[in-house]
Order: sequence, then C-alpha cells, then structure tokens
Amino acid sequence: MLMVATGNKAVATAVKDARPVVVAAYPITPQTEIVEQIANFVESGEMEARYIPVESEHSSMAACIGAAATGVRAFTATSSHGLVYMCEMLHWAAGARLPIVMANANRALGPGWNIWAEHSDSLSMRDTGWLQVYVGSVQEAYDATLMAFRIAEHDDVLLPVMVNLDGFTLTHIMQQMETVELGDFLPPCTVPHAIDTANPGGYGTLTPPTEHFKFRWDIERAMRDSVGVIRETEAEFARRFGRQYAPVEEYRCEDADVVIVAMGTLGKEAEVAADVLRNEGIRAGSARIRWFRPFPAIDFGDADVVVIDRDYSFGSGGILAHELKAAGMAPYSVIAGIGGQEVTYDDIAGFVRNRIPGGEYWFGVSD
Amino acid sequence: MYEIRLHSRGGQGGVTAAKMIAHAAILDGKYATASPFYGAERRGAAVVSFIRIDDAPIRIYSQIRNPDLVIVLDASVMETVDVLQGIKPGGTVLINSPHPVDMQGHAVSYVDLTAIALSLGLVIAGSPILNTPLVGAMAKLGLVSVESARLAIREAFGDERNVQAAEKAYEELKA
Repeated sequence: MLMVATGNKAVATAVKDARPVVVAAYPITPQTEIVEQIANFVESGEMEARYIPVESEHSSMAACIGAAATGVRAFTATSSHGLVYMCEMLHWAAGARLPIVMANANRALGPGWNIWAEHSDSLSMRDTGWLQVYVGSVQEAYDATLMAFRIAEHDDVLLPVMVNLDGFTLTHIMQQMETVELGDFLPPCTVPHAIDTANPGGYGTLTPPTEHFKFRWDIERAMRDSVGVIRETEAEFARRFGRQYAPVEEYRCEDADVVIVAMGTLGKEAEVAADVLRNEGIRAGSARIRWFRPFPAIDFGDADVVVIDRDYSFGSGGILAHELKAAGMAPYSVIAGIGGQEVTYDDIAGFVRNRIPGGEYWFGVSD
Repeated sequence: MYEIRLHSRGGQGGVTAAKMIAHAAILDGKYATASPFYGAERRGAAVVSFIRIDDAPIRIYSQIRNPDLVIVLDASVMETVDVLQGIKPGGTVLINSPHPVDMQGHAVSYVDLTAIALSLGLVIAGSPILNTPLVGAMAKLGLVSVESARLAIREAFGDERNVQAAEKAYEELKA
C-alpha cells in the first residue's frame, strides 16, 4: 500500500507489520512519534502487542530483555540520552543473545541541549554486541526495520539489532513509502534458549574466567555469521518485494577517482554531490555504509576516500574514519553535520575538491 | 526538481500544508519530500517548511536554498524574514493576500486564503485553516492535479468544507 509517512511513522508501521508480542518504551525527541504510533495501533486493536509504558529507557530495555528471554518478539525505540541511559542493558541484551529490535533516532548528546541529528549516540554503543544499520530514506526505514527482525532472530545470529535513522532529517520528513504483504518472510520468533518453566535453568549467572571468554567469542562468531544472514535476507527481500539493499550502497563507484563515504541521510546527499562533481569532470562516487556492525568489507582500489563523520571520538578522530583506517585506507576525514549542522551536497562537493589524503577537516571550524 | 519554500507561523498548519502538497504530488505519480525545519519554534513564531517534487527519488535532505516557488501563508512574517532570499531567477511567489503584493519584480500570485477559510467557518482554536485552501491554489498553479489535491485533503481532514475551500482558492487565485 502506498503511504506518505515520516521516518518515524515508517518504523512504527514496520513494527505493526512485524507483530511483536511486547513493546516497552519511553518517549524522547525525536523518536516519540514511533512509540506514540505504536501505542495508537495497540489501542485501536490494529496490533495485538502488549505495550508497556515504563519509567525510563533502562527499564524499557530491561522489559524487552525479559520478554525476549521468554522467546517472544520484542521492540523498543529511543534516541540520544535515552540510548545511553540504557547502555548497561544493551550489553545484557547482546550477552544474553536476545533478538530484540530497537529503532534509534540519531541525535546529539548534551550539554548543550541539542535535539538534532548526530551519530555519536549509537556509535558510542559500538561495542555492545548489537548489530547496527543506518538508513537513508523513509522507505528504507520501513524495509530495514522489517529485515532487522528476521536477521536478529536467525539461528546463526540471535543478537539484537539497532535500526538508526537521523533525527528530524529523517524522523520528521515525509516521503512516499510502499508497505509489503509480509507472508512468511518473517517466520514466528523462536529463541532456542528461551525460558522453559518445565525445564528450569539459570540465566545470567556467575561465569568464571575459565568460561566467560567463550561466550564473548560466541558473540563474535555470530557477528561474523550475520554477514551472510544479512546478505541472504536482503536478497530474499529483493526477490519478494523488489527493493534491493546491500551492506554498502555504492553509487557511481566503478570508475571513481574519489569515493565519498558517509552514513544516513548524508550518504544520500553525497550521491548528489558525486553527480555535481562528475559534471565538473571529477570522477566521484558515493559509498553509503548501511551496516556499521558487522562492519562490511570495503575496497575502493586506488581511489581517494573522503569520509564524513557525524560523530567524533575525542582525542582520536572520526569514528567512521577509524574503520576505514583499519581497512588500510588513508581517508580525508571530514567532521560535519554535528548536532544537526546543515550540510548540503555543494558543501560535500567542496570537501572532495579540497581533500588532503590523510588529513582532518572540521566543517565550519577549520577554515 | 521543483523546490518550494513555505513561510508561515507556528500553528497555522504549514507542516500539514507541506505534507498535503507532497502527498498530492505523489498521487500524481511523482516523488516528493516534505520537510519542516524544526528549530525552537513556538506557536506564532515565523517557521519554514520545504517541499521538493521530482520525477526521480529525492536524495537531498538539506534545506532549500534556491526555491522555484516561495509561499507566504502569513504576510506579517515579511516584517522579520526575507522571504525572497535565494529565490531562483524567474522564481515565483504565492501569497495569502486580498490584493497583489510587489515582490521585487518576481511573478506574484495571490489569493485571500484567510477570507476563504472564514467564509466556510474553517477555524481551529481561533485561527483560520489556511493549508487546505492553499492546496487548491497549488492545483491552480499546475503543480498538482485537482483530483490528487482533493484526495490529499480528504486523507488529512474528514470535513468536506476543506475540499470546498480548496476549490474556492482554485477559482479565486489571481496571477
């Protein structure tokens, strides 16, 4: 069905279609519309889920953990301060191998108080064991949320998935969106280690030094296996519903002399920048990183790389830039879009024209 | 790509106007994005929304710097905001006004949306509803089809007077 929806409504609609059994959430700008919509769906009977309004994000994730531990599909949404408030529980969700799906509206952290787009919130949760995907359109917010459930619940994965969308820039803009008839694309959720009252066992008990590392290695093994599950899920989604996705969305990269790497809406804006540069005779391409965890294998040959970070690791550098450096690249690291800073395709084209391989540039500061 | 910047005041329905215009364009088979700019707005503050319409999926998320069309829903915002900033050469202005307004040589269309809303009793919380008649004016400018305009309005509001208001604005728009 064709709809006109905000990014938030797209996520809420996908959650309705995925039919979770439990949704536990606490509102926060700019995510609030997601949980408001879901509460409406539950109230109107369009969704049969149990909606649990909790007193904090720490509790919303704790409630999702409890629900998923009984073997049912669970969802929550948050943003920024809400995400970091549930940090402890994020580790528990991944460590307990529970396939929870969460939407995160990417937003800056205070102080000063800022409600606009930034990736520092989710990237600061990088090492929790959650898979992370970043979307670039309203349609993709819907599609990625549906796929997130299938990927998280896959037997080879059983890890939680965070679907990230830029605060306001995507959560609050309206575009067209096609919903799908899911059919059996999303089979019933099964958690093999779900609590079984007929067969009591201990959960989250003391794990001695002789065992703990085995569980951590098992998370990493699942992360590595998730690469194939993501590809299989995206291929199956394309086969059934006609929309194609990949861990990295490459645009005009084949013959590019310079590739712009970014995430979220800036990754879409970068495609337009590539077109602008091509018209000037500069062979530019765009590579939008969708899956940040597991981080995809990327190789742009001899091309220069310009990476845009809407985030920063103080005392070190752009977080996405680090990933590219770890892959052996010497990118030109641009820090832009912090706290909703306006960045246009012309600005991005300017980053490319003025690139210094290996250098760092803070947009609006370095000049 | 056709780019529209809409100036209004918080509470006048500018965000819903942008959504209905984008929706009507989408029903016409085009791609569209409606993006309100969210700052620290309050009811009555000057606000701005953006609408992009194109034949291909829209990949631009930044604000519109060089609009093809500027819509002024409340002429009083011009006291504090330069509504013509960045307008394309040959760009046009649509203003809610009972009379023509000089816009530094730019082509101006005008229609009294406030009078239309009041004549039909379309008032919410003391404010006339300007956005549904605006969609009729957009149809008159040829940016969306009349049928899609009707559908988009009906999707947003159940009260049929909103469609009547759009039809009235369609008839009364002067260029």
